[in-house]
Amino acid sequence: MLWLRTWKLGVRSLLLHPLRSGLTMLGILIGVWAVIVLTAISQGASDVVQKQIESLGANTIIVRSIKPPPEKLEGRAALYGLKRSDLDLIVSNVPTIESALPIREIRRQFTYKDSQVDGRLVGCTPDYAAINRLKVRSGRFLADADDLTADNVCVLAAQVAEKLFPYEDPLGKRVYIPESFHYYKVVGVLDYRSASAAIGGSLDSQDYSGDVYIPIKTLRQRIGDTVVTRRAGQFETEIMELNQITLQVGSVDQVRTTAAMVESLVMPRHAAMMDVAVVVPLELLEQARNLRMMFLGIGVLIACISLVVGGIGIMNIMLASVTERTREIGIRRALGAKRKDIVQQFLVETIVLSFAGAALGVLLGFLGPPMYHTLLYVVKKSSPQKFESLPEAIRQAEPSIVYATIPLAVGIAVAVGLISGLYPAIRAAKMNPIDALRHE
Amino acid sequence: MSSLPADPYRVLADNSLHSPLPLGTNASDENPDGKLPAVSIRELKKSYVLKSETVHALRGVSFDVPEGDYVAIMGPSGSGKSTLLNLLGCLDKPTSGNFFLGRDDVSTMSDDELAEIRSRRIGFVFQSYNLIQQYTVVENIQVPLYYQGRLGQAEKERAIELARMVGLGERLDHRPMQLSGGQQQRVAIARSMMNDPYFILADEATGNLDSVTTEEILNLFDTLNTQGRTIIMVTHEDEVAARARRIVRLADGLLSSDRINSEESRAEARRRQHENILALAQRKL
Repeated sequence: MLWLRTWKLGVRSLLLHPLRSGLTMLGILIGVWAVIVLTAISQGASDVVQKQIESLGANTIIVRSIKPPPEKLEGRAALYGLKRSDLDLIVSNVPTIESALPIREIRRQFTYKDSQVDGRLVGCTPDYAAINRLKVRSGRFLADADDLTADNVCVLAAQVAEKLFPYEDPLGKRVYIPESFHYYKVVGVLDYRSASAAIGGSLDSQDYSGDVYIPIKTLRQRIGDTVVTRRAGQFETEIMELNQITLQVGSVDQVRTTAAMVESLVMPRHAAMMDVAVVVPLELLEQARNLRMMFLGIGVLIACISLVVGGIGIMNIMLASVTERTREIGIRRALGAKRKDIVQQFLVETIVLSFAGAALGVLLGFLGPPMYHTLLYVVKKSSPQKFESLPEAIRQAEPSIVYATIPLAVGIAVAVGLISGLYPAIRAAKMNPIDALRHE
Repeated sequence: MSSLPADPYRVLADNSLHSPLPLGTNASDENPDGKLPAVSIRELKKSYVLKSETVHALRGVSFDVPEGDYVAIMGPSGSGKSTLLNLLGCLDKPTSGNFFLGRDDVSTMSDDELAEIRSRRIGFVFQSYNLIQQYTVVENIQVPLYYQGRLGQAEKERAIELARMVGLGERLDHRPMQLSGGQQQRVAIARSMMNDPYFILADEATGNLDSVTTEEILNLFDTLNTQGRTIIMVTHEDEVAARARRIVRLADGLLSSDRINSEESRAEARRRQHENILALAQRKL
């Protein structure tokens, strides 16, 4: 009963000056809102990155050919990259590897009747679909038998199939590759698959939309290692055996040791050219996690600054209020209020202020995700180029509220309110009732 | 009249009808009827230090206020009147001497104990009313009990009853801003009665009021006094003091006179004031 009265009184005193109380709450409100929204956005952004990295597989190791610096090539034809012997070496020496997937990729043009499409000719083994999580929509993916006999068969990505066969069923039809004068029979069409992440320069974004898959053995026999590309009137020759070897390990905890082993096997052979890189998605995953923690940290820091500023606002207002209400304090003291009653009264007011601010901040925080989408939409409509230049993680982020931050933010806000209200409250209580009564 | 549970201190005071005074005190003189005085001060001294200079505001004042008395304390400024008021109101502590409220010596009490005493035994009426602006009439009247933690329905009913008694039964939910000075002072008087105090301490209670309202308020005090309330009133106006039963005068921190107003002179003062007001009213017409 008594405490209820005290709280009611606090609310009533605050309502005497609604604008002032509202402005005072604003600092706390913005602080709490910032904590919730910033963590939600950084959570959303890192979810995107994490999903992309996870799509590479946490239990895979990627060994990739990279184009060496021009001075290493010394004017010769570009002969570099992974060798088939590297693959053999790895497979025969590293026991923890469950499967090894050699990949050769070439930019090519594909035609069927009058339709044509530019894309990527990927030589691979049947494991490719499983490791990259590609789903078959119709027909089948490459099979072991195709590779064994080096058949002229291919599997099309959904977009390629649509462009080449707008009105026909592609299965059984033959796709022509003009640059190497070959026909490939379509045995399967894949489902749509979104692109995977580009990670820090070591791994390009994997866009599967323009792919045509053929058995790697077929590619080797029909096209060979030397690829001549005609680009803007110039010929560019590139000699490479494999673009990439994707290794799969039994369990996630073996990834690091296996990666180290692979590195020690492969790197010495390519030390001179520096034309191979070992990429471990697990490490990237952890980097992304660290990045996210940093994001969170910065967000929380900004929010805390706002909360402290809010606290200063509360203290300022309460000090003014104590001065303004000196007379009231005197009356209450004369009528029997003890010092602690006065402290309590003013503390209750600051708690109400900071709590109300925090509650409104939480409410507005829940509006954060739609607000974020609206903001993105506005940017997209007003300046599309700017929108395109935003990082993917920000464009695709789906802000999700981290519920643990709500009690945290509210707790900090109320604590800040308490601390900043304490000094004015004690000052009010210390006042001599005689002087307080005389105060005009 | 009171429906309140009795104040524990009060019980002591009532039981002390024939009990000896606390040891080690100058026995305050008991009234002829054997009752303990409501207020009893002995050799009360108060000095302040102002910039290395000691000011002796009170230099040893002693008097009793029996229950049911109506005392006016007068004196020029600088006579120690305000200091005595603060001490009587338990808002300040004396440098030396004793101050008994019933049986208890409050001169040595701590700050919290004094707050408790103010809340239970003293009814304040101030010159500038001192109501709490954000409260209604009824809530203002209840404030003294608020700090005793007593906020029940019974207390609220008593507050309403007191508001009716001072003639504000129609304005229970008004705020001080919506009331005239006289009405605010009535609320303050009702408030001073709320805790069933040992005495009502009025500090220039009519100082801010015009003559008509002054008369109303003084009549209210008369009524309360006839009902048995003890009233101590600090004033500098002779007409106001003339209405009291007894006038205590201070000069230079000492008691300079203490005389009883005869009933005739009080009636005379009442009549004179009333005539003045009537004359004033006629002049206005």
